[in-house]
Amino acid sequence: MSEIKKFLYVNRKAPYGTVYALESLEVVLIGAAFDQDVSLAFIDDGVFQLAKGQKTTDIGMKNFSPTYSALGDYEVKKIYVEKESLEERGLTPDNLLHLTYEDEDEDYAEKDSIQFVSRAELSDIMDQQDVVPSF
Amino acid sequence: MTIEVNGKSLETDEEGYLADLNQWEPEVATMMAKADDTELSDAHWEVINFLREYYEEYQIAPAVRVLTKAIGKKLGKDKGNSKYLYELFPYGPAKQACKYAGLPKPTGCV
Amino acid sequence: MAMLHTVNKSPFERNSFDSCLSHAKAGSSILLFEDGIYAVVKGSSASGKIQKASGVSIYALGPDLKARGIGEDQIIGGVTVVDYGGFVDLVTRHDSVQSWL
Repeated sequence: MSEIKKFLYVNRKAPYGTVYALESLEVVLIGAAFDQDVSLAFIDDGVFQLAKGQKTTDIGMKNFSPTYSALGDYEVKKIYVEKESLEERGLTPDNLLHLTYEDEDEDYAEKDSIQFVSRAELSDIMDQQDVVPSF
Repeated sequence: MTIEVNGKSLETDEEGYLADLNQWEPEVATMMAKADDTELSDAHWEVINFLREYYEEYQIAPAVRVLTKAIGKKLGKDKGNSKYLYELFPYGPAKQACKYAGLPKPTGCV
Repeated sequence: MAMLHTVNKSPFERNSFDSCLSHAKAGSSILLFEDGIYAVVKGSSASGKIQKASGVSIYALGPDLKARGIGEDQIIGGVTVVDYGGFVDLVTRHDSVQSWL
């Protein structure tokens, strides 16, 4: 068995203007197959990826925001959203998707995946990682 | 590539996955299974319908590990294991069942 | 000469919006689309700048707001939401168009 590494995927782009957000999500889903310690951070325009109520019918693109709700099934349980990035963009936690996972250690109780952290806290979290792919 | 269903010719990719999942109808699964010498039982349909619901909700075809766990939760522990699913879909539960369900190949499936 | 300015980049990632806003003359219009629409979100640093600009009409493309989950209740007052037809009307109503990429 290889040693478990800590991966933090950092998401910094808005969802539809560029392909980064979707690419990152796909990499996370694929990477989830390799038992690593995976967490996601949404900072800068990346916080827009988690906006709830996205409806893309009129722009003719696939709405991939429902897929974030599957992250719990893929054992991704730590999702960090930077408070300052939200505030600068006029968003509050209420504007975001509600993401959960089931805690196997507590009889599959449903728990919140998203943790709202400050910029300073996030820089500490980044500092504790082995690998930090940034999109 | 195309597949003939109910007099209509539906486009598929080179591995036989339906190009447009909106064109799916139960007959598509039946035809694809027939090409694999498989007759679909209620047990097959349970998985196929589960996958379509999963896609509808999350917009992805789940990886096999995720599928197995989710099936176990929804349809019972006796079905949420790879032995049961591989017996139904010997070409790989995620790949083969997703194909019959008209979904794209699961993300992360090689 | 009334000019229509268009901005399709996020105001938080590029300075296209800032630069556009500081060059737009009174009587001209700015249409925000694609990631440009994030500038009209109430409470954001970008929308504060719009509220200080006077004499410039601000438009935002509805389908792009909807795609990004930005409800009409989340946007600042004074912004006109238009559809693709409205986009075309704006282009024809102005003498020229400048796209801030």
